[in-house]
Amino acid sequence: MSGASGPVGPVGPEGPAPSGEVVDARGLRCPAPVIRLARAAKDAAPGAVVTVWWTDPAARHDIPAWARMRGHEVLDTVPLEEPAAGDAAHGPAWATRVRLAG
Amino acid sequence: MRTYLDAGGRAPVHPVAREAFLAALDDGWADPRRVHAEGRRARLLLDAARETFAEALGARTAEVHLTPGHTASLHAAVAATTRARRRVGTRVVLPAVERAAVIAAARAAGEAVVVGVDRAGRVDLDAWRAAVGATTALAVLQHANGEVGTRQPVAEAHAHALAARVPLLVDAGASVGHVDVGADWDVLAADPPDWGGVPGVGVLAVRARVRTAPVGPEDEDPWAPGGVSVPAAVAGAAALRAVLAERAAPDPRAALVARIRERVAATVPDVEVVGDPDHRLPHVVTFSCLYVDGEALLGALDRRGFAVGSGSACTSSSLEPSHVLAAMGVLTHGNVRIALPRNVTAEQVDAFLAVLPEVVAEVRGAVGAGGL
Repeated sequence: MSGASGPVGPVGPEGPAPSGEVVDARGLRCPAPVIRLARAAKDAAPGAVVTVWWTDPAARHDIPAWARMRGHEVLDTVPLEEPAAGDAAHGPAWATRVRLAG
Repeated sequence: MRTYLDAGGRAPVHPVAREAFLAALDDGWADPRRVHAEGRRARLLLDAARETFAEALGARTAEVHLTPGHTASLHAAVAATTRARRRVGTRVVLPAVERAAVIAAARAAGEAVVVGVDRAGRVDLDAWRAAVGATTALAVLQHANGEVGTRQPVAEAHAHALAARVPLLVDAGASVGHVDVGADWDVLAADPPDWGGVPGVGVLAVRARVRTAPVGPEDEDPWAPGGVSVPAAVAGAAALRAVLAERAAPDPRAALVARIRERVAATVPDVEVVGDPDHRLPHVVTFSCLYVDGEALLGALDRRGFAVGSGSACTSSSLEPSHVLAAMGVLTHGNVRIALPRNVTAEQVDAFLAVLPEVVAEVRGAVGAGGL
């Protein structure tokens, strides 16, 4: 139903996955993560990869739905390692990579 | 002036139900299990209500049980049928878009085997059929989804369940009183407040051929320990008789739903109208607006006099959005869920459609999401 897509494995903020811009939407509630992502997408070049970090459960469903409505492609969603202990006030964080429509 | 567009599961009380409820307070207040004249009078009213439900559902009166409400019906139906078949297995097969009460009951009773749905919310019938087999205790398929209006292929599902000798539970809580639910079920739950009854009673029909083993402490009435509200049962039956007698074909609300689906898509930018466009309930319609906070949208509509529902996470007590929208893979935020009450007018729907685009624009503008 709502499993992560693509390869699963922890990715640090400096890890291999993100290429291009990173949007930090951790701690934000719906629809803010998608709005932040859309703002970044608006300013990015066509075909660019934008990564969004999120904690809100609704983002798991709404980022792919937004991408489908806009013609973008979700590459993968993987668990995000917290950069520092004590940042976990909002529950587990995830990183989703989106390739913008070209 | 208020316009109520959130009638799913709790419609405005039908005038006939109100009258019947008040009359039953006078004549049916006594405990129907007692054998004196007052108790017998209440018993007669209760039996007449069950007869009405049985006739409307195409069941025998002995097959109709009354419960404290729809959630209680679903909990008891899953628990009692699963327990009776524990030698066969404990698997309960159900689509991901069943009511939360059904999913929770399946998890409590045994192993919930959840089957996916397509973008319209229709069950993956091949996967459902493949899952319903020799070790299945209970198969579940709602008649129609009350959140998005999509009707399910219950006839095909029931044919398979019969062949596999697995009982089929059909949650018809969003359908009874609105559409003919047919005979493709072994256990069927109906929800009186959804068609204009008074809250406090549920209807559960169990075919005589289905074995059940009630769960819980022993009681004279295992489906409603302590008994049910006689006035609520009487009111629910009176409302059902009334709505079935009033029902026109086609339901005039179907044209209003089609109009909402068409106008919302045409006048609100970045909106996703969800659910099956054709095979659907005549009174339920749902859409999601991109970049919109569902709670803010409901509040803004409420201030303008319109009551609507929502499956967005921010309108629920939990952080989780509607599991139905999530399973369908559609946008969960900015969601508006409409269930038209029976007496809704075209003018009310048009008034809603007239304010909606500006309300959505206002809510988007407030978070700086216009033009994204």
